[in-house]
Amino acid sequence: MKYLHLVVSNLFRKKTRTALTAGSFAVALFLFGILAAVDGAFKQGVDVAGVDRLVVLNRVSIIQPLPLAYRDRLARVPGVTGVTFANWFGGVYQDERNFFPQFAIDREHYRQMYPEFVVPDDQWQAFLTDKEGAIVGEALMERFKWKVGDRIPVKGTIFPGSWEFNIRGVYKGRRIQDDTTQFWFRWDYLDERKAFTKGLVGWYVIRIANPDDAVRLVKVIDEQFANSPSETKTDTEKAFAASFVKQMGNIQLLIMSVGSVVFFTLLLVTGNTMAIAVRERTRELAVLKAVGFRDGFVLALVIVETMTVAVVGGGIGLGLAKLFTLRGDPTGGLLPFFYVSPQSIALGLGLALVVGLAAGILPALSASRLRVVDALRRI
Amino acid sequence: MVSIDGRGDGKSLIRARGLGKTYRRGGEEIHVLQGLNLDVDPGDFVAFMGPSGSGKTTLLNLLGGLDVPSAGSVIVAGDEITHMSARKLTAWRARHVGFVFQMYNLIPVLTAFQNVELPLLLTSLSKAERRRHVETALAVVGLGDRMHHYPRQLSGGQEQRVGIARAIVADPTFLLCDEPTGDLDRKSADEILDLLDRLVRDHGKTALMVTHDPLAAARARLVLHLEKGVLVESVTAGRVP
Repeated sequence: MKYLHLVVSNLFRKKTRTALTAGSFAVALFLFGILAAVDGAFKQGVDVAGVDRLVVLNRVSIIQPLPLAYRDRLARVPGVTGVTFANWFGGVYQDERNFFPQFAIDREHYRQMYPEFVVPDDQWQAFLTDKEGAIVGEALMERFKWKVGDRIPVKGTIFPGSWEFNIRGVYKGRRIQDDTTQFWFRWDYLDERKAFTKGLVGWYVIRIANPDDAVRLVKVIDEQFANSPSETKTDTEKAFAASFVKQMGNIQLLIMSVGSVVFFTLLLVTGNTMAIAVRERTRELAVLKAVGFRDGFVLALVIVETMTVAVVGGGIGLGLAKLFTLRGDPTGGLLPFFYVSPQSIALGLGLALVVGLAAGILPALSASRLRVVDALRRI
Repeated sequence: MVSIDGRGDGKSLIRARGLGKTYRRGGEEIHVLQGLNLDVDPGDFVAFMGPSGSGKTTLLNLLGGLDVPSAGSVIVAGDEITHMSARKLTAWRARHVGFVFQMYNLIPVLTAFQNVELPLLLTSLSKAERRRHVETALAVVGLGDRMHHYPRQLSGGQEQRVGIARAIVADPTFLLCDEPTGDLDRKSADEILDLLDRLVRDHGKTALMVTHDPLAAARARLVLHLEKGVLVESVTAGRVP
């Protein structure tokens, strides 16, 4: 601690330069934070997927339905402990920009299948007694400032017509990463009103007794429906979510590429700045060594200075990214789960430290190897 | 008593024997110092004069442990420093040498107090003890009221006083002063020389000073001339007892 003033004083020596260097870190880490939030938003479904849940789709494509009759057959498969189903609705609320996912759900078993989504019992009962009832995630409620009891008009696109729903309850996520931007309504209401594909559901979700048994069960289920008019493709919920992300392209590669370029540029800029800073202080560093400070101290001093700039600048950037994401999804629905996780902040700070260290190490080594007599010319 | 004949009187604080320094520039060897002997007793004030390139600064560098000789040895207060590792030599400098530079070499972003405190950061003194030492050193050089000024807020003479306070604050065995008045006007130079004189006379410090200024050299007890890497004695009028 007794050396702290040396670090602080040196950082304030050229305020503009320090501010610009810290600013470079802030910009880079802001970008990192946003990219991490985007990546997290895409991977969120994968991360929160239940290990004991399988998704059964139509083998042809995700938009092809499956017969309701499959429900009982699936329930009879040994090792399956629960079955539910849902259907994508794809309606528009007021304006196409107001996208949010709407699902027609199986009112009997959907709630039990997803214990991570919590709905108060009285609200669930109200939902069960109202065919036009809806349960809405709390983030979505907040987004449109809805309240329980509101009547929500939705224009059908896949299922044409004007649909109206009564909000009967709000679900919350048990974990921060649980998606609370969904809109659920009763599948029986959809099936009753739709003009075609009656008795068909979008997909099934089944719970299995033993997650280690998933591979075998996937095979058993798909074999059971082989050669039928609606063959199935069963997958773990995690694999299903991952394949969904892949449809968007290799987001992670894109983020890694952009991030690598940014950090490499930052490394060069900071390294150059620190090299200049050290060169300007050659005499002072030589004096420190002359009066008895060791090479290692000079090395550490320069590195600590660089890393301080990196952490302060990086911290500001990550803080700004956090603030930015607090405003919610900037895309109007594409990234419902858009936030900078504590892990991303830790990783970002770690990266800032590594870049700070890498940028400072060469100037620091040259400072520590400085020959006092050469640096001072004369004592 | 200072001697350059290699015999000494056995009480020497600084003893150099057969000191040589050779630089290699291109294919050519340059012998800056050659077989130099020197004995300096505690409390001596010695000035080194000589033309540029005569080896004055090289000699100070060797005596201060900033450079290593090509030949010979330097013993200070019983410590043979010539064969010390760089690490040991650094620690030795912190304990035994106070440097006063021509260009003051204060750290511009630190206050006078913080500049003077620098050598004490290497000790195990508490914050309160460091403060006491720094205040004493600044009082000795007459800058007790300028402790929290930055170098840019001080005159050249005052900066050099801070430099001297930094040199004496850890109570080193001896002071090495390289052209301490070279960058000052006459009045400020005299004040600095008065201060060095007082440190030697009243505080018993040992000081070795390189200078081009005959008036500055006249304040020392003995002036030694360096010519072609060899020391030549010349007695300063009015100073030798």
